[in-house]
Amino acid sequence: MSLLSVRDLSVKFAMRDNTVTALNQISFDLAKGERLGIVGESGAGKSITGFALMNLLSRPGFIDSGKIMFLGDDIVQMPEAKMRNIRGNKMAMIFQDPMVTLNPVLTIGQQMVETLMAHRKLSKAEAEQIAIVKLREVYIPSPEDRLEQYPHELSGGMRQRIVIAIALLLDPQLIIADEPTTALDVTIQADIMELLLELCQSNKVGLILITHDLGVVSQMTERTLVMYAGRIIEAGRTREIINDPQHPYTQGLINALPQQTKPGQRLKQIPGSMPSLTAIPKGCPFSPRCEFVKDRCHTEAPETVQYANVEVACHEVNRLHTDKAEEIKA
Amino acid sequence: MSSLSTPTEPSRWSRVWNSNIGYSFRRNPVAIVSLMIFLLIAIMSIFAPLIAPFDPYDLGQIDIMNSEYPPLWVDGSDAQFILGTDDQGRDLWSTILYGTRLSLLIGICAVVLQAFLGISIGLIAGYVGGRTDSLLMRLADIQLSFSTLMVAIIFLAVTQAMFGSETFNQYAIYFLIAVIGVAEWPQYARTVRATVLAEKKKEYVDSARVLGFGPGRIMVRHILPNSLSPIFVISTVQVANAIISEASLSFLGLGMPPSQPSLGSLISSGFDYIFSGSWWITAIPGIVLVVLVLVINLLGDWLRDALNPKLYKG
Repeated sequence: MSLLSVRDLSVKFAMRDNTVTALNQISFDLAKGERLGIVGESGAGKSITGFALMNLLSRPGFIDSGKIMFLGDDIVQMPEAKMRNIRGNKMAMIFQDPMVTLNPVLTIGQQMVETLMAHRKLSKAEAEQIAIVKLREVYIPSPEDRLEQYPHELSGGMRQRIVIAIALLLDPQLIIADEPTTALDVTIQADIMELLLELCQSNKVGLILITHDLGVVSQMTERTLVMYAGRIIEAGRTREIINDPQHPYTQGLINALPQQTKPGQRLKQIPGSMPSLTAIPKGCPFSPRCEFVKDRCHTEAPETVQYANVEVACHEVNRLHTDKAEEIKA
Repeated sequence: MSSLSTPTEPSRWSRVWNSNIGYSFRRNPVAIVSLMIFLLIAIMSIFAPLIAPFDPYDLGQIDIMNSEYPPLWVDGSDAQFILGTDDQGRDLWSTILYGTRLSLLIGICAVVLQAFLGISIGLIAGYVGGRTDSLLMRLADIQLSFSTLMVAIIFLAVTQAMFGSETFNQYAIYFLIAVIGVAEWPQYARTVRATVLAEKKKEYVDSARVLGFGPGRIMVRHILPNSLSPIFVISTVQVANAIISEASLSFLGLGMPPSQPSLGSLISSGFDYIFSGSWWITAIPGIVLVVLVLVINLLGDWLRDALNPKLYKG
C-alpha cells in the first residue's frame, strides 16, 4: 500500500469575481519511506501542494476537487479534529526559514514538550526525555542545555536542526520539507540535507522535498515531479529526469544550471517567465516560452504520456527526439 | 583549558536588570522617579490600615466637633490631624490613604476586566477574521461612539434608581469596576486585533498549525505572548484613565459614597466648602490624584518608548 496517493487534485483561489486555478488536476503517489522531489520555478504551485497535503490552505485558497489518500483515509474529506491529529503526528512539515518558524517567546524545550503533550499522554518529564533524544538525533550538542534556550540564542543551522527535531518528535510517516535550506548558507545547507537524508533513511520516513535546486533533488530523492503553472509536466525517477529530461521545460531547467555552461559563456536561460495564475495561456501553459512550439500547442492541452521511462505532458515529445537525433547525425 | 570557566547562571532579577528594558530604565531619570513615586503611593495605600492614625470608616472615631481643621502649617490647626480634617471631622491624611487604596483598586480591577474582555475579543476577531471580525469590530466601534462617561453615568444612574441608594452604596465598588471595565474594552480589542493580524502571518503560526495545534492553543499560547508589548503599554494608560473615570463619576455623585470615599468623592465632598475657606479638603486629594495619574502616564510613556523597536537608541 502506498503511503500517500494524490488523485486529480485541484486547488483554486477565490478572487473577487472569479476563481484562479493554482493546482490543475495533479496526481502522484508516494510509497512508504520513499523520497520525492518537487521542483519548479517560483509560483509553479510547489508550496501550495505542500499545504494542500496538510489541508491547511488559507483563504482564499481551497481544494476544489480530487482526493488525497493518506494511510487509507481521504484528507480532503476528513473532519478538522481528526486532521489535527494527523498534523505533526503522522505528517510533519519543515519550512524555509528557521529564523521565523520557531516561536520567539517560547524556549526550545517548551515548544518541543508542548508538541509532544498535544498529541500523546505524557508527563512533562517524559516529554523532555523524548525531546533530548530527538535533539541528540539531529546532532545538537548538549541537548539538555538547549531546552532552556530561546530561538534567538541559536544559530540558523542549529535552529533548522531543531525544527527538524520537532518534525521528527512524534515519529511521523511523512515529512514535507518546503525549501528547507534556502535561508541557510551553503556549507550548512549541505549538512542539513545530509542530516535529513540520513534521518529519513534510518527511520523509514517518507519525504516530499520541495525545492528549486536540481542539485539537491538529485542527491536526495528517488523520484521527481517537475511542476509548471500548477501542473505536473514531467514525473519519473530522479536519475532519468536529470540525465534524460523529455519536457522542453525540464531540459531548459537543466541547461540553465551554471555547471552546464563554460566560463565566459552566458547562462542558457529559458526565455520569458512563468505566466501569472490569472493568465495561463490556452493549450500547453509552456507554449509561449517553448522553442519547439507547434500550432496544436496553443489550442490543445497535452495529455500525460509515458515516454522514455518518464511521464511527460508534451505534444512534441517524439518530435524532440527526432530533432535531437538529426542534430547528432548532422 | 582551566581558564574556560562556565559562566554562572544569571538570576532572573539580574537578567531583567541587564535587559534592554532594564538598561533604558536605568538611563531614564523620569522613569525612575515616576516608578518610585508610584511605588510609594501604592505601598502606602496597601498598608493604609497600618499607617493611618485613624480609621475613617469607623464612625466611633469621628467627631463632628473636629470638622474643618486646617492642615498643620496653617493657623488654627490641631496637632492630631496632619493634613487637617474634612467636613465630617475625619482625619484627611487617613481618609486620603484609604481613598487612594480604593481608587487604585478600582482602577486596576477595571483594567483587568477591560483587558480580559478586550484581549479575548481582539484575539478572536484578529485570528478568525472574516465575518466574526467585522461583527466584533463594529460592536467595538459602536461602543466607542458612546463616551465612557456617558455610558457610565446612564448605567450608574439607572442602577442607583433601581436598587435604591443604600444597596447601591454598598455595592458601588463593583458597579464602578464593571461599568469602567465594560465601557473601555474596545481600546484593548483594537490594539490586540491589529497585533494579531500582523503576528498570524508569521511562519511560527503556520508551523504551529502544521504541528496540529488547535486555534485556541495557537491564539493563547503562541500569538498572545508575542503581542504583549502593546498590551503593557495601553494597560498603563488605561489604569490612569480608569482612575480618572472613577474620580469623575464619584465627583458627580455616582461613585463611591461619602462614607467610603475614594479620591474623587473626597474632592467632591470638599468642593462645597471651598468657598468657605476649607480649600484643603479638595486641594490635597486633588494633588494626590494628579500626581498618581501623572506618574502612571509617565511610566506608560517610558514603557512605550522602551518597547518600541523603532525607537531603540544605540
